[in-house]
Amino acid sequence: MRKLSYRHALREAFDEELARDPMVVLMGEEVAQYNGAYKVTEGLWKKWGDKRVIDTPISEAGFIGMGVGASMLGVRPVMELMFWSFYTVAWDQIINNAGMVRYMSGGQINCPIVVRGPANGGTNVGATHSHTPENIMAQFPGMKCVCPSNAYDAKGLMKAAIRDNDPVMFMESTKLYGEEWEVPENSELPEGELFIPLGVADVKREGTDVSLIAHGRAVLTCLKAAKILEEEHGISAEVVDLRTIRPLDEDTIFESVRKTHRAVCVDENKPFCAVSSQIAASIGLHCFDDLDAPVQRVSSLDAPAFYSPKLEELQLPYPDVIVAKVLGIC
Amino acid sequence: MSAKNAAPVKYADAPVNKALSPEQKIKLYRDMCRIRRFELVALKHYNSGKMGGFLHLYNGQESVAVGCVSLMGENDHIITAYRDHGHALAVGMGMNECMAELFGKKTGCSKGKGGSMHFFAPDKNYWGGHGIVAGQTPLGAGLAFGVKYKGLKGCSLCFLGDGAVNQGAFHESLNLAALFDLPVVYIIENNGYSMGTSQKRSSAYPGCLAERAEGYGMKWELLNGEDIYEVRARVNEAMVRAREESKPMLLEVLTYRYYGHSVADAMHKKYRTKEEIEKREREHDPVIIFRNHLINEKVLTEKEATEIDQAASKEAEDSGEFAEQSPLPDPSEIFDDIYWEVDNGTEAGQTGRHFFND
Ligand SMILES: Cc1ncc(C[n+]2csc(CCOP(=O)(O)OP(=O)(O)O)c2C)c(N)n1
Repeated sequence: MRKLSYRHALREAFDEELARDPMVVLMGEEVAQYNGAYKVTEGLWKKWGDKRVIDTPISEAGFIGMGVGASMLGVRPVMELMFWSFYTVAWDQIINNAGMVRYMSGGQINCPIVVRGPANGGTNVGATHSHTPENIMAQFPGMKCVCPSNAYDAKGLMKAAIRDNDPVMFMESTKLYGEEWEVPENSELPEGELFIPLGVADVKREGTDVSLIAHGRAVLTCLKAAKILEEEHGISAEVVDLRTIRPLDEDTIFESVRKTHRAVCVDENKPFCAVSSQIAASIGLHCFDDLDAPVQRVSSLDAPAFYSPKLEELQLPYPDVIVAKVLGIC
Repeated sequence: MSAKNAAPVKYADAPVNKALSPEQKIKLYRDMCRIRRFELVALKHYNSGKMGGFLHLYNGQESVAVGCVSLMGENDHIITAYRDHGHALAVGMGMNECMAELFGKKTGCSKGKGGSMHFFAPDKNYWGGHGIVAGQTPLGAGLAFGVKYKGLKGCSLCFLGDGAVNQGAFHESLNLAALFDLPVVYIIENNGYSMGTSQKRSSAYPGCLAERAEGYGMKWELLNGEDIYEVRARVNEAMVRAREESKPMLLEVLTYRYYGHSVADAMHKKYRTKEEIEKREREHDPVIIFRNHLINEKVLTEKEATEIDQAASKEAEDSGEFAEQSPLPDPSEIFDDIYWEVDNGTEAGQTGRHFFND
């Protein structure tokens, strides 16, 4: 095992997939010569050249749409949005074209495109740059939606996303890029590579008293909350990492709730129509008899992202609010 | 580069037209008649309430789709907006599957999931049928990207209406196409109106629409679409250039639609006069113009031309019957064709839930 940053793990996934399949191309603003606004694609242009790693103008609707068109012919474009917030500019191409053409063509056309980039607030860049749109993307059948919480998952899930024949919306977490996790060398793995199929959740921490269900960076917040719960309150929290929102691994969620009988659904979405709304509703429907308390939710506060760093921190889920929610039901 | 400076050319004598055999010319004529007749039968059934949604008819513009498609080779691709029946029939889609799609039947080309605006035949390099104005224009660049990336000598033809030129996506597409040297030919079918709004009321720039290509360092041409020989001669140059030099081009084809924007467009005799429409039908009809060409060239007799038209009419009527008699899609099909993974029953398709119909 070695320590690898989230950004470096993603870069390895790109590098390996560029090597594996000549149809894979990386595109986006500053991904090539500048090495990526967040340095996720660093070094790849130098290694793979102009044909495979391509700088685009600031033109989200144009270049995402171009990627969709190319994917219809079998190219497998991995398109970077400099911030996921800019899906708003490319909305039509992502949703109407990538997401719907398969259905409207009666299954004749596939779009094996990955749209990726940093999402989530917490970096003090104001409301327009702090979207957390996985609930919006997951709203549309036809698209898949991935939100890795650590470097190991980021690498394995990215490789799955690139090989997927459906459009995959891949949301990285800006604040995690520099953090490091243990990631095995390919040679240490039985299959020779790190690959995580979409639609498989992961229990990041075992527990018996309450299930904290989250994805993306919120998983880390839950892990911190779980530590506090154990150390200060003697409560054993299980942390379920969804990893992908679509497909959603409900079995793992339900299994956890049936064991702990209590659930808190956590995300960084705005609370209205958030991913946690969906999860809470599903648990209510399917695990009603197993619950000892109402399902709880923690999302961002219902306001655009504050710029002022201290206040933005208070808007996002933080360990203490999760702890308080848990104490209310345990 | 602009049309007004171009020397008059007898387009029938352009090499690409000279090279046509009589059979090929007859096919062009037949294809135009098929589109014309298909639309009329569709209109009849729409008016009797057998279809849902919109019906944007292509009558008056037949020379454009047929002319352009007749130039396509195996590595060329085509994509268009919602006024897509003409292009669909021109690439060789069957009337039955097209009509059945309008009726929302299982036998439709998109199994009843697309409707009038969303015909597709990727097996014929036809990538639809797109309902969002200008939404297809980046895809057109993407198809060209795909062709180029795979090292093939081909191009993509991307059609749009005159109303689409004011969308940002269109301008982004031109910029990308020129920047990346993509072999795409954008073809504005300028039928004078975007719904009820004339070019004068929607375009700040006083020049012709294609001239906007100048801003992207891209070549452009303005051409008259009423004569299919002119369409073929001039579009061919753009396509050859795209394939040979991998350069994009913007063409504006002047044409006309006889009917309203859609059949539901009750206003269309208000924003343009009856006289205007009748004059176009009388003096500039592309089907009649080509028919006259062929008779003058002795490729067809009057009688033969009429027979071709009648056969097209019969084929269209039959497709109406086929559509009417076809079964509706089964409700179980609602969840088909959403995810490749699910449809193909792969192992990965078994993991996680794709749908949330609790
Ligand atoms: C983004 C978007 N805005 C508005 C519409 C509604 N609409 C459909 S067609 C149309 C007019 C477009 O005219 P034009 O591009 O000239 O094409 P034509 O109908 O002449 O073929 C409008 C306003 C739409 N489909 N998409």
